[in-house]
Amino acid sequence: MSNTLTHITLKIWRQAGPDSPGQFEHHVIEKISDEASFLEMLDILNEQLIESGQEAIVFDHDCREGICGTCSLMIDGLAHGPQKGTATCQLHMRTFKSGDVITIEPWRARAFPIIKDLMVDRSPFDRIVEVGGFITSATGGAPDANLIPVPKPVADASMDAAACIGCGACVAACPNGAANLFTGAKLAHLNLLPQGQAERYQRAEAMVEEMDEHFGSCTNHGECEAACPKEISIDVIALMNSDYLKSKFKNRKSLSRT
Amino acid sequence: MSITLDSKIPDGPLADKWSNYIAGQKLVNPANKRKFKIIVVGTGLAGASAAATLGELGYNVEAFTFHDSPRRAHSIAAQGGINAAKNYQGDGDSVHRLFYDTVKGGDFRAREANVHRLAEVSVNIIDQMVAQGVPFAREYGGMLSNRSFGGAQVSRTFYARGQTGQQLLIGAYQQMARQVGLGNVKLWNRVEMVDVVNIDGRCAGIVTRDLLTGELKSHAAHAVILATGGYGNAFYLSTNAMQCNVTAAWRAHRRGAAFANPCYTQIHPTCIPQADDFQSKLTLMSESLRNDGRIWVPKDPDETRPAAQVPEDERDYYLERIYPSFGNLAPRDVSSRAAKRAVDAGQGVGPLKNGVYLDFAAAIERLGADVIGERYGNLFDMYERITGENPYETPMRIYPASHYTMGGLWVDYELQTTVPGLFCAGEANFSDHGANRLGASALMQGLSDGYFVLPYTIAPYLSEWLNKPIPDESHEAFAAAEAEASGRFQSYLDIGGTRSPDHFHRELGKIIWDYCGMDRNQAGLEKAMSEIPALHEEFKKDVKVTGDATSINQTLEKVARIDDFFELGMLMCKDALVREESCGGHFRSEHQTDEGEALRDDENFAHVTAWEWSGDMANPIEHREQLEYDVVQFQTRSYK
Repeated sequence: MSNTLTHITLKIWRQAGPDSPGQFEHHVIEKISDEASFLEMLDILNEQLIESGQEAIVFDHDCREGICGTCSLMIDGLAHGPQKGTATCQLHMRTFKSGDVITIEPWRARAFPIIKDLMVDRSPFDRIVEVGGFITSATGGAPDANLIPVPKPVADASMDAAACIGCGACVAACPNGAANLFTGAKLAHLNLLPQGQAERYQRAEAMVEEMDEHFGSCTNHGECEAACPKEISIDVIALMNSDYLKSKFKNRKSLSRT
Repeated sequence: MSITLDSKIPDGPLADKWSNYIAGQKLVNPANKRKFKIIVVGTGLAGASAAATLGELGYNVEAFTFHDSPRRAHSIAAQGGINAAKNYQGDGDSVHRLFYDTVKGGDFRAREANVHRLAEVSVNIIDQMVAQGVPFAREYGGMLSNRSFGGAQVSRTFYARGQTGQQLLIGAYQQMARQVGLGNVKLWNRVEMVDVVNIDGRCAGIVTRDLLTGELKSHAAHAVILATGGYGNAFYLSTNAMQCNVTAAWRAHRRGAAFANPCYTQIHPTCIPQADDFQSKLTLMSESLRNDGRIWVPKDPDETRPAAQVPEDERDYYLERIYPSFGNLAPRDVSSRAAKRAVDAGQGVGPLKNGVYLDFAAAIERLGADVIGERYGNLFDMYERITGENPYETPMRIYPASHYTMGGLWVDYELQTTVPGLFCAGEANFSDHGANRLGASALMQGLSDGYFVLPYTIAPYLSEWLNKPIPDESHEAFAAAEAEASGRFQSYLDIGGTRSPDHFHRELGKIIWDYCGMDRNQAGLEKAMSEIPALHEEFKKDVKVTGDATSINQTLEKVARIDDFFELGMLMCKDALVREESCGGHFRSEHQTDEGEALRDDENFAHVTAWEWSGDMANPIEHREQLEYDVVQFQTRSYK
């Protein structure tokens, strides 16, 4: 049976726009069921705000099934909150107890400027994918799917990396604001597969260099792995570094690329 | 504008129609493709794959998403898999069988030619996605792995753990991102379509609203493709993402595109039951769970013991009992109604007695928890996060919920709506699923439309416009549409009522679910059609939207979508009312067999109902497309 939290206090970051100053706002929520998700709790708060004539708090969310990667939020200083391997939308109020004061902030990273309140701009992730996060294969010309066998352990390892939802928690958790886990995951997904071999080193070179344009450097803190809602292993960063290094030898002929 | 429904089904034997069409269609030569601008609205499976392929072909493509990144479209949430008639298992599958299962699963209310084409290109989809690096599940020998889904007796479903939708969408997104990087596709993020603009009888473009600045902007094009998903959020509680809405399709409908079969809603049997009134959405547990989970309820409505302590002979495995040959894999509509009956009979389980058990105890005993974890681990974890219960130890509780909408904009064989130049793909169109969608076929349809159908079928339309001028954004029709949209958004801000948009959405959803949900009848539908306009009037007087129209305002985004859901809700009920039969997801309780199964009326209702906007939401104009079956014989669906 569901239980009810009698009251919780929210300390929420409000910021009208990218260039406006921000500040924390305090709100008390009375009687919230522990069956409610964290975002449903914010919905309830927003309804109260609207009906009392105030602007709703802006936050990014969509599927609420932990898969679209839209939701964000630093909750008590932790990306996606205290529950391991869980996106904010799958965090439930049963994780908290009556009387808790919960601090809610947006992702904070130089590459992710705040748009409003708790919403940030994560578009640099798309720029990284656009330069190489794909396998070039024109529609309609693909060979039969079983023509190239993929050993199960390889498919599984690729899948582990492909589980990335692009939420940006890795960047938000990183003291340097680095995107190595995100980029490494995409590279591992494609570079491990036989289909990805043809462009393997070009891909690594292009994506890493695009990443470096936007994000900070990795200094192996491992906070990204700890924060990742899909529990992607930091091993993907080692693979990325290795492929990037090799790219400098293997890609010589294509270095004239601008 | 009066509507004529010309399905443009090609001549010739069913199996040859698509290849004949491709062989005979008009082409646009590569050097001319760049002269054409194509707008794609929505970047889920259908939209992203269409934008990627059209960009790759050389067209000048602009794609629009209301998300911050196209990778977040709701296609991503599909869990279980994608069908394809590969027959890798050697278990008797074929293009014809996939075609047949889909037509039968749709209760003989889908268009034969479209479904056959879908089955044909299904094999190409798998090839394409594997080539793009989708990490489908593999056997130890390196070959692709398959499983089975409801409504089929073969294993034709390809999957990537419980994240098939995510992996396919990421695949399509990456192909589109490649085209964006190459400059072939221009991508507009956080931009929503708010109207379509027709000039001289053809679709000339769209009007969008920038969600960050509120700026309204016109975009002219040679052709527009809507790939904007379904309208399941009309019910408020559904498995759809929070932002899924009907606005793009509805605005197109108001501008002349016929809306077909709006009453066909798929109720999915395996969702987590509602826990409380505050709930914002329902979460699906993949249908693939039914491969190993057994569904049951206690025979005794007053049963209070925990599931594990209820002896075998006091359990009712109702699907296995009623449908022995399909058992727990009976199709979605059949399984959903059976669950509803059990709960209505008081045999429901859980704190609110609003679910049935999906029990893995026998499978865990047979295969071990490791094997079950390998197959469904992420789903089990998700269930535990939401409910606080561990499904390895206690059975899951599930109940049906609104999931996928089979209705949508009417399209012909070329996926063109009744407005020339306006195309519609994926869940937003009506064409391939009939009255009920079989599992693992939504992903198939989205990708089929985007990768393999539209790139061919859009060319004949475009070829007519080669080197002819089309209106640009300076045309007065664009200015008029922008002004209308601007007035509409401002009017919501001006109401200054007392209740939040969500309040009205919940109330509206409850009416639609209660009277146009799993079970419909004349009295209920008529009641809904009197309650919806009354609530709509209240909404127009009492809704409160704070903030302004010139910066990001999620409340304002929401209120406009809910306004469209009101009008759509009326049409759903009207469509359900005139369809005096039961078929697929549309169950009219007046029309059932003695055994409680859906009773179709092929003589009078083997047609698509396509509605024309009349200007009055209570009185739409009805049109019918008679469905011709050359190959399939009508038969009563039986899964016994």
